[in-house]
Amino acid sequence: MIAPIPFVPLPARAPPRTAAGPLGWVRAHLFGSPGNAVTTLVIAGLLAYALPPAARWLVGNAVWHPDYAACRALDHAGACWGFVAEKWRLILFGRYPFAEQWRPLAATAIVLAALVVTAIPACWRRWLGGLWVAALASFFVLMSGGVMGLARVDTGLWGGLPLTVLLTLIGMGASIPLGILLALARRSDLPLLRTLATLYIELVRGVPLITVLFTASFVFPLLLPQGMRIDVLTRIALGIVLFQTAYMAEVVRGGLQALPKGQYEAAAALGLSWWRMQQKVILPQALTLVIPSFVNSLLSTFMDTSLVTIVSMYDLTGALRLALGDAQWRSFFLEGYLFIALVYFACCFAMSRYSHWLEQRLGRWTRR
Amino acid sequence: MRESDPIIRVCGVNKWFGHFHVLKDIDLEVARGERIVIAGPSGSGKSTLIRCINRLEEHQEGTIVVDGVTLTDDVKAIEKIRREVGMVFQQFNLFPHLTVLENLLLAPHWVLGLPRAEAEERALQQLTRVHIAEQAHKYPGQISGGQQQRVAIARAMCMRPRIMLFDEPTSALDPEMVKEVLDVMIELAEGGMTMLVVTHEMGFAKSVADRVVFMDQGQIVEQAPPEEFFANARHERSRAFLSKILG
Repeated sequence: MIAPIPFVPLPARAPPRTAAGPLGWVRAHLFGSPGNAVTTLVIAGLLAYALPPAARWLVGNAVWHPDYAACRALDHAGACWGFVAEKWRLILFGRYPFAEQWRPLAATAIVLAALVVTAIPACWRRWLGGLWVAALASFFVLMSGGVMGLARVDTGLWGGLPLTVLLTLIGMGASIPLGILLALARRSDLPLLRTLATLYIELVRGVPLITVLFTASFVFPLLLPQGMRIDVLTRIALGIVLFQTAYMAEVVRGGLQALPKGQYEAAAALGLSWWRMQQKVILPQALTLVIPSFVNSLLSTFMDTSLVTIVSMYDLTGALRLALGDAQWRSFFLEGYLFIALVYFACCFAMSRYSHWLEQRLGRWTRR
Repeated sequence: MRESDPIIRVCGVNKWFGHFHVLKDIDLEVARGERIVIAGPSGSGKSTLIRCINRLEEHQEGTIVVDGVTLTDDVKAIEKIRREVGMVFQQFNLFPHLTVLENLLLAPHWVLGLPRAEAEERALQQLTRVHIAEQAHKYPGQISGGQQQRVAIARAMCMRPRIMLFDEPTSALDPEMVKEVLDVMIELAEGGMTMLVVTHEMGFAKSVADRVVFMDQGQIVEQAPPEEFFANARHERSRAFLSKILG
């Protein structure tokens, strides 16, 4: 018998380099084909045309100090940031009493700090629940006052960024757990539960948010028994939560449906009870899958809070309109909107980047 | 309940998927420590039969008694049986978001209520038994199919079941990995485990099984010790099947 030929694996080599250096990159990515070259040139031309005047308007000719005469003299040849400099406290804090505005500032800072802590995976411990109870309690004490020598401020006067943050937080914080329960109910084996859940979801999704807010603000109080009053902010928050829950339930259901049947069977075969199975096997996977849709909902809730202006609450957008109520500055609305756009963008961009990072981290197990 | 009583008793079981009659008048008794291989063409109802034993499928007629507990709609009875019966699937069905060790810990900790340290000790013991202890901290997606299936066996064994069900455990594996899984199953059999194995691995049936159960079109056609079944199957259908798979 002939001896077998031994197998010697070839050493692995580095992949060939197509184009070296920055020049190679430019050639490959910007001028790779005639079509690409034309596109590159057209875009470069447009930028060259638009950027210098934009920069001139935004920065070069701009007036930075709250000087109305200078802004008038400028006649919109440059931005009048003086408007923002003059009105920023009204835009950020709405009708909250001017002298007390350190309170919404502190309250918002506390809640945002709690958010940052929550965002760190190493802090995902039991004490986080306590932290949130403390953070929300201090938020409400600071905002509404009436204790510890703080003057009482009615919720009707709350406004600006603190209101936007609060409504988003309550909207998301409550609608995520409720949405999970509703999604599980919709996939339940119990026909009655399933039908009720489906009915709720379809009904709420068939109604615009503005209608929900109107109902919560104007119709709901009429239905309450005589003498009973529920604060307008509570009613609005409730409306947002009930609305958002239906959408959240569908997001979660998408994740649940993406899991193979084998995961349920393996968990069941091990003897896990239904709740344990959901808690340890199904939801951790399903929720990780739907992080992108979660963030979609989060961002749209954040923006949708601006609809509360129709029921006379002044969130960030509403407070800007208050500021523009000053006839003197009214023509500088563009600067005002750019300012709040920047605030919205900063918040949304941070959330979006964080979610992207979280997705990578939690999804480690999907990478092979 | 005596030791000599059958550990599984399936009596007059019928099951339908919609209008499709998948199991027809199934009677089967399994003794303690018995190793049974269930063979037959695909669609013959063999997987459905073993999935009825731990209630992954519900039967509509007949009775199934597992270790003295009768399967009914009662959730407590079902959970009690599932604690006694381990199952290994064709597609492994490991939990991809948990490490190998966490996959093994889950049920002992949350179902049996063992403290974490004790559950971990038990898990490592089982991982050693399937020769894979060094992979404990990897995720299922990072190990080979053969290793995943051995983890799945260890995961089921962590519950110290009295019965193990195998649903085509080697059908989804690359040919080079089939043997490592079969070897682990043979070791289990030698340890005296009661096993019901749905498989096309006739070599395994010959060397390990006490009895081969041959099914076709939802019924048990014949059952016999392997040497008898492979040498002279009595039914025409069994012979036709054997001639196809043994070539």
